Amino acid sequence: MFVAKDLAPLVPELFVAVSAMVLLLYGVFAKGNPTRTVVWASVLVLVVALVLVWQVPAGRQAVLSGMFVTDSFTAVMKSLVLIGSAVSLVLSVGFIRQEEMERFEFPVLLLLATVGMMMMVSANDLISLYVGLELQSLALYVVAAFRRDSERSTEAGLKYFVLGALSSGMLLYGASLIYGFAGSTNFTDLAKLFAGGHGHVSVGLVVGIVFLAAGLAFKVSAVPFHMWTPDVYEGAPTAVTAFFASAPKVAAMALFVRAIISPFGALVAEWQQIIILLAGASMLLGAFAAIWQKNIKRLMAYSSIGHVGFALVGLAAGTSEGVRGVVVYMAVYLAMTLGTFACILAMRQKNGLVEGIDDLAGLARTQPGMAFALAVFMFSLAGVPPLAGFFGKFYVFMAAINAKLYVLSVIGVLSSVVGAFYYLRIVKIMYFDAPGEPFLHPMPRELGVVAAVASLFTLLFVVFPMPILNGAAMAAKALFP
Amino acid sequence: MTIFHLIVFLPLLGAIVAGLFGRAIGDRAAMAATCVPMVIAAVLSWVGFYLIVHGGPVLVPLFTWIDSGSFEVSWALKVDQLTAVMLVVVNTVSAVVHVYSIGYMAEDPHKPRFFAYLSLFTFAMLMLVTSDNFVQLYFGWEGVGLCSYLLIGFWYERPSANAAAIKAFVVNRVGDFGFALGIMGIFLVFGSVSFDTVFQAAPTQVGKTIHFLGYDFDVLTTLCLLLFLGAMGKSAQLGLHTWLPDAMEGPTPVSALIHAATMVTAGVFMVARCSPLFEYAPTALAVVGVVGASTAIFAATVGLVQNDIKRVIAYSTCSQLGYMFFAAGMSAYPAAIFHLFTHAFFKALLFLGAGSVIHAMHHEQDMRNMGGLAKHIKITYVLMWIGSLALAGLPFFSGYFSKDMILEAAFGAHSTVGGYAFVLGMLAAVLTAFYSWRLLFMTFHGPRHEAHGHDAHGHDAHHEPHESPQVMLIPLYVLALGALFAGVVFAPMMIGEHMHEFWGKSILILENHTAMEAAHHVPLWVKLLPIGAGLLGIFVAFQMYIRKPGSGAALAKVNPGLYQFLLHKWYFDELYDLIFVRPAKWLGYKLWKEGDGRVIDGMGPDNIALRVAQLAKRAAGLQSGYLFHYAFAMLAGVAILVTYYFTTMMGH
Repeated sequence: MFVAKDLAPLVPELFVAVSAMVLLLYGVFAKGNPTRTVVWASVLVLVVALVLVWQVPAGRQAVLSGMFVTDSFTAVMKSLVLIGSAVSLVLSVGFIRQEEMERFEFPVLLLLATVGMMMMVSANDLISLYVGLELQSLALYVVAAFRRDSERSTEAGLKYFVLGALSSGMLLYGASLIYGFAGSTNFTDLAKLFAGGHGHVSVGLVVGIVFLAAGLAFKVSAVPFHMWTPDVYEGAPTAVTAFFASAPKVAAMALFVRAIISPFGALVAEWQQIIILLAGASMLLGAFAAIWQKNIKRLMAYSSIGHVGFALVGLAAGTSEGVRGVVVYMAVYLAMTLGTFACILAMRQKNGLVEGIDDLAGLARTQPGMAFALAVFMFSLAGVPPLAGFFGKFYVFMAAINAKLYVLSVIGVLSSVVGAFYYLRIVKIMYFDAPGEPFLHPMPRELGVVAAVASLFTLLFVVFPMPILNGAAMAAKALFP
Repeated sequence: MTIFHLIVFLPLLGAIVAGLFGRAIGDRAAMAATCVPMVIAAVLSWVGFYLIVHGGPVLVPLFTWIDSGSFEVSWALKVDQLTAVMLVVVNTVSAVVHVYSIGYMAEDPHKPRFFAYLSLFTFAMLMLVTSDNFVQLYFGWEGVGLCSYLLIGFWYERPSANAAAIKAFVVNRVGDFGFALGIMGIFLVFGSVSFDTVFQAAPTQVGKTIHFLGYDFDVLTTLCLLLFLGAMGKSAQLGLHTWLPDAMEGPTPVSALIHAATMVTAGVFMVARCSPLFEYAPTALAVVGVVGASTAIFAATVGLVQNDIKRVIAYSTCSQLGYMFFAAGMSAYPAAIFHLFTHAFFKALLFLGAGSVIHAMHHEQDMRNMGGLAKHIKITYVLMWIGSLALAGLPFFSGYFSKDMILEAAFGAHSTVGGYAFVLGMLAAVLTAFYSWRLLFMTFHGPRHEAHGHDAHGHDAHHEPHESPQVMLIPLYVLALGALFAGVVFAPMMIGEHMHEFWGKSILILENHTAMEAAHHVPLWVKLLPIGAGLLGIFVAFQMYIRKPGSGAALAKVNPGLYQFLLHKWYFDELYDLIFVRPAKWLGYKLWKEGDGRVIDGMGPDNIALRVAQLAKRAAGLQSGYLFHYAFAMLAGVAILVTYYFTTMMGH
């Protein structure tokens, strides 16, 4: 039976969900256009939720019949998700006004997606996993197609929806196979079942894991389940793309890690090969396919595929050290991505937003500050020391080496060399090419602040790495009791 | 803090101020910031000289530099009599050149840089002469090489200056490579690079051998020859001399300071400093003597036919350095250092005098375009006479004492090498006097030769030769004093009866090496012959250029082969070009185009980049935009993963 104290771990989710409803009602009944108010209120809600996440009782708490857990892993990952969502909302303020998308449903949908993500992070059961995932996805399908009058936007939304449905099908199929062969959907029970590695692992179970992994791989856009990413990133409104690239990626990666490690941690030998394949293919495709891209959003899509590959290297290691690497990687990735999209959203000329990489030509002369920030992000995404991106890669590769995954590490390093090409090309275009039509400046204040904070984080990570490293280590420990 | 700290570090201070802040503080302040410390250092050097001569050597430790295992190097200022002499030479000439440059470089837009380099050079040279170990010596050695490079190429807009700077640097690398090997060898053999330790242990190594590549080499001979290779490069001895004439591309004050008085004599100083090693390596000493004597005659012959006023003096320097080396080769180190001492004054005087001529002629250096300048620039004329008389070794001028001593020591050595050196040295003395007066007569006497391309109108009014300003003449007076009196005043101390008391332990001469003693007891004709040689050279020059002008050209016409041979400096440059430069260029070009370009780039970076680009096109092409393609890819992906799992897990 429910008692009030059982609800304590659920407070952040409940708060966000209820707030979303309230804001929705407010939006419906408010006079004039309430969007601005709703956006900033939503940001506030997310900030409050971030505080609440750290107020839930410490230690591992399992409620709702063990379907929902909180521990330090969920706290850390939820924080990243909430930060990602809040910053994405801030980035969208100017965009939705100028692109005539200023409708109050937009922030509400983002809030609902965030609730779904928080559920995903805390899921301790295949059922609650699926519920959280679908709550998130349904909101995302809608925001991808939020500009109904734009052909590209609707196409993106539709593609995402159809393929998302397919992936959900796979995931459910995998879940039913696992239930059929193991007899439980609860992560804790499954973990007990396989503990110590004794007992026969049936083929059906492993096929179930493969299908489950395929469904999750779709959400993190790992190769070969990545095909939607470039089209959706390019087609969706840029502010939506920024959101897609940040919070949902973090949430999906957290879910992936938990759904693999928590129930099947003892079966490393069975699933490790699958993750290695996903990681290797993602890194290579992310590096190669981006080279000829002319659209910076599309380029960022391939970039995110590559980065997911790098993060999966940490998961492939299957160790606490590896999970710590994943968490560090996602934190760093979040900062770099949000910063980069802040710059992309500032690429506005007289006739509206532009997305071509060539439009950045000579930016160093017209807007040195923005060019510098973008150059920092590009160097960091390429993994050049001493920027944050280097350390993200460093920790996952160190875990992989310690887990004796030498081939995967070599592939990773080589593809990061290839990937450096297109990141550095952007720097070259900004700093050495003759300027074209300049962007409107100064860049909007909220974008400038986000870009500045993100570039400071990227630059100074080397000086103050301990908060992130300690948090990540704490989070990783929760998954390996 | 002692006086020696000031002597060594004042120039560095000037260099730092002028070099780093020259633009900020302006030309005048930069010149003051270098010249004032330099003059103070020069005056203090004479005080230091007095202190050392009367108080004995001192060692001023500064700090530990390298301390790695058994390898320990400290910075220290070792000031003994030998160093004290060098300090006087270096700082006096340097101060004089600094002051002179204020006038000479008046129109140059980069004065702070010039003065910073000059002062930096002086500091490096002081590090060299005050070092108490081989590594510090090497530091100074390379420091002066660097500054020489910078100053030769000071007018970097001129391609010829850049080429000359690079040539000087590269040729010196050859010598320095030997020098570095020598130092490493010394550490290998003695386990130390400190002068005192090494010199004390030197006698124990006599007769020992090193086994290398299947041969046995005598330890001390090998080490001394390697060290001497460095000296040959720095002091432009035969074989590694080719950079010195080209170095005249630098401003004339630089030629006077670096390429006449100080840096080029570093080799002589080093041999004298290492006398405790060389004394136990008679073969090496013989090599030093032969190379020195050969250089003396070689450079003198080439000097006969040069037409560039500075190049004549440059070859003269090369020749005089040869004298110093063969003196060292006879174990007559005091004579070598004494000649270094006097030569610094009169050769710097000649160079700065030539600079004054060039200044008067508005940067004309070809003597064929001069003539009749005596009446226009009387003071310079007189000063050049003094310098030339000293160089030719006419009695009572400073060169007389030192050069006679060297020739007498060569005679007194009573050895084959000594005889060789004596004969060649005497011949070179005739040639020296000849080319010196050829220079004087071509420049100052006879009719005025107009430079090509000028028309007579307006020319006289504008280009009339003019005497240099006082700021350039006063330094010349100082040097003239040295050229006149350095010999007569210091000869008794440095090479006379009291030389053993004077030099103390700074120079070692073994009991059985008696050239220096024997020099005092040679027959009268040996003492008189150098004077005769000088007079003969002057007489011939007088005949050829005053009595019968044009006979020189006629002589060249009669012997075209010989003339061309000398004019082309014995074809050394051409020979090196053929043997070293072109094959090296060819090899480098091949390695670049074939090895690096075709093989490494072709197989490596270029090829990989091409493949990456192709792969990237394909990878991007996968993205068709069709939904069913995407769905198919996902299903195929799952199928591949499951199949892969089954195939890999079969083995279990």
